[in-house]
Amino acid sequence: MSELGPDEAARQKRKQIVWQLSGDHRGINAVAKQANIEQLENPRDLEKFFRDMVFIRKFEEKCNVAYRLGKIGGYMHTYIGMEATAIGWNAALRPNWDYVITAYRDHPQPLLMGSDPIAVMAEIMGRSGGLSRGKGGSMHVYDIERGFFGGWGIVGGHTPLGGGLAFAAKYRKEDRVTLCYLGDGAANAGVFFETLNMAALWDLPVIFIIENNEFAMGTRLEYHAADTELWKRGAPFNIKSERLDGMDLLTVLQDAKRIVDYVRTEQKPYLVEVMNYRFSGHGAADNDRQLYRTKEEEEANYKRDPLLRLKAVLRERNILSDETMEAIEEEAENRVEDIYETADASPFPEPHEVYMNVYTDMEPEVGH
Amino acid sequence: MIAATTELSFRDALRKALTEELERDDNVFVMGEDIGRYQGTFRVTEGMLTKFGERRIIDTPIVEPGFTGIAIGAAMTGLRPIVEMMTMSFSILALDQIMNHAAKIHYMTGGQATVPMVIRGPSGAAKQLSAQHSHSMEGWYAHCPGLKVVAPATAADAYGMFKASVRDDNPVIFVENPGVYTIKGQVPDDVNYLVPFGKAAILREGKDVSLIGYSRMTHVNLAAAEELAKDGIDCEVVDVRSLTPLDTETIYESVRKTHRAVVVYEDWKNGGYGGEIAARIGEDCFDDLDAPVVRCGGLNVPMPYARVLELECIPDVKDVIEKVRKIR
Repeated sequence: MSELGPDEAARQKRKQIVWQLSGDHRGINAVAKQANIEQLENPRDLEKFFRDMVFIRKFEEKCNVAYRLGKIGGYMHTYIGMEATAIGWNAALRPNWDYVITAYRDHPQPLLMGSDPIAVMAEIMGRSGGLSRGKGGSMHVYDIERGFFGGWGIVGGHTPLGGGLAFAAKYRKEDRVTLCYLGDGAANAGVFFETLNMAALWDLPVIFIIENNEFAMGTRLEYHAADTELWKRGAPFNIKSERLDGMDLLTVLQDAKRIVDYVRTEQKPYLVEVMNYRFSGHGAADNDRQLYRTKEEEEANYKRDPLLRLKAVLRERNILSDETMEAIEEEAENRVEDIYETADASPFPEPHEVYMNVYTDMEPEVGH
Repeated sequence: MIAATTELSFRDALRKALTEELERDDNVFVMGEDIGRYQGTFRVTEGMLTKFGERRIIDTPIVEPGFTGIAIGAAMTGLRPIVEMMTMSFSILALDQIMNHAAKIHYMTGGQATVPMVIRGPSGAAKQLSAQHSHSMEGWYAHCPGLKVVAPATAADAYGMFKASVRDDNPVIFVENPGVYTIKGQVPDDVNYLVPFGKAAILREGKDVSLIGYSRMTHVNLAAAEELAKDGIDCEVVDVRSLTPLDTETIYESVRKTHRAVVVYEDWKNGGYGGEIAARIGEDCFDDLDAPVVRCGGLNVPMPYARVLELECIPDVKDVIEKVRKIR
């Protein structure tokens, strides 16, 4: 090894730490199941969460198909494999009151927060009936009225905005909680550290959810983070921080409720590193995942599939039969198909719309 | 009826506007580096912390991207933050937040969200602050759709345009050349005195050459016009006041009358916003021109420390006169 070259030994050590703790967090579930989580686990709710998860999975699969057909352009990032995280955390929120902001893997949040799924799909397909009138696309979905603040494309760039949403709630003396999702890649961004400092300094009621899906685009954690225990990012600022599971819905539900309640009551920031895994590539344009991970690794992680785990729970507890679950899946598939067809039949923006909404009250200089 | 006025410096007029807007609307707050306990580097926010308290006057860590982003997030919920950049040179750190976030939010959300915030601060050379504290940034922001950019020259405009900035629903970059803070003028005694954007002002009428500028350069142009008048050259001084929106009508009207134009700006001559104004005149008033449109910009060098070199960089009366003589 050259003196100036990368320190392979250190990198291996970093990698080991990830997997060691990943092993730990995979073991958390057993403990969680024994905890008192009755209120979160009534059969009706579990069925609803199952329907949500199936719906998001089918929606995202349809997006992948539409992308390959050329019906969706640009960059698109699906949430397949990570659904338990968004569903579990969303369930802990007060609808139409709390704030949510995330990066560009942003399809599930508006779907869970009550946005019209046709308007979400239409946005992804660049139609004028999209939530952002076709100006945003897959990476920039917003539903401000419902408290969903996007939908951002600069890694780490939205994290101070998340702090700002919490700042606004505190300024107005409202008990809104803000969820600010970011990826493991964004956990290295300078502006994220600046935000953590101010969130702690000013006691902002915001939860930073680092979704550690183990890859910053195609760069594995131990190649991009000097300390792969990302939950420690909160420690220098005295922010309460934890590493949590993001694949087992029952665990996520419990953690999320506990932490959202804490932040709402205590009016302090919180940081969690949620361990999940991105089943798809970074984006739909990323079609050679073997450049950065092996098929064996993927196979092993597919066994952690949040949907399979939830099905097992529903089966074990006799909440839903296999037949019913299959019927729900088929129903979701048909519903997504209808959503897609309706969105696809909707118009593209008119050329004159290009100048709309640059400003609230004027147009920019017109013409080339 | 002529409203009563009071003589104030640009800085005092700005502070008065800031104070009154804070009193008028609880959604308005100010954040920035050393604006509270330290009273503001250029003393614009002097006394504000005592008057309004820590909720409204917020001393931030020295992290422009972070606090600008927090202000943007707050603005998206309807609050009206005023962010002070200790100098606009430091706003370069926050460019991603300003240009890639604030400027684009109304558009990217399809009109769902607005960003009613003001980013204000000194832009341009003060005195011997050298290369990293002296840059004029307004051209960069005026380049970017989604931002409004205003650069008043007089105390009355500072007062009326600042109030208009705070009440605007778009992100506004409010530019204060350090050289204008002490310039005095009559300011209307009217808490609702608003100077609308996109209206240039003719500060001196003339028939021979249009001198077009904004902020401190308007004062340089007025002084140059005085000098040139002694030689029988009658200059019209156009104070652009707002870069975005740009009042091309008033500028063109002046050029159609004088048939000659010199655009004066402190920013680097190369690629500065004066070049854009000159290009527009060339494109739209070609038949009215008797001479090429001339730019008189800051020298294309990093701002040097030595006073004699610094003064060399900034366009002054002598430089403007030289340009006028080139075309007249």
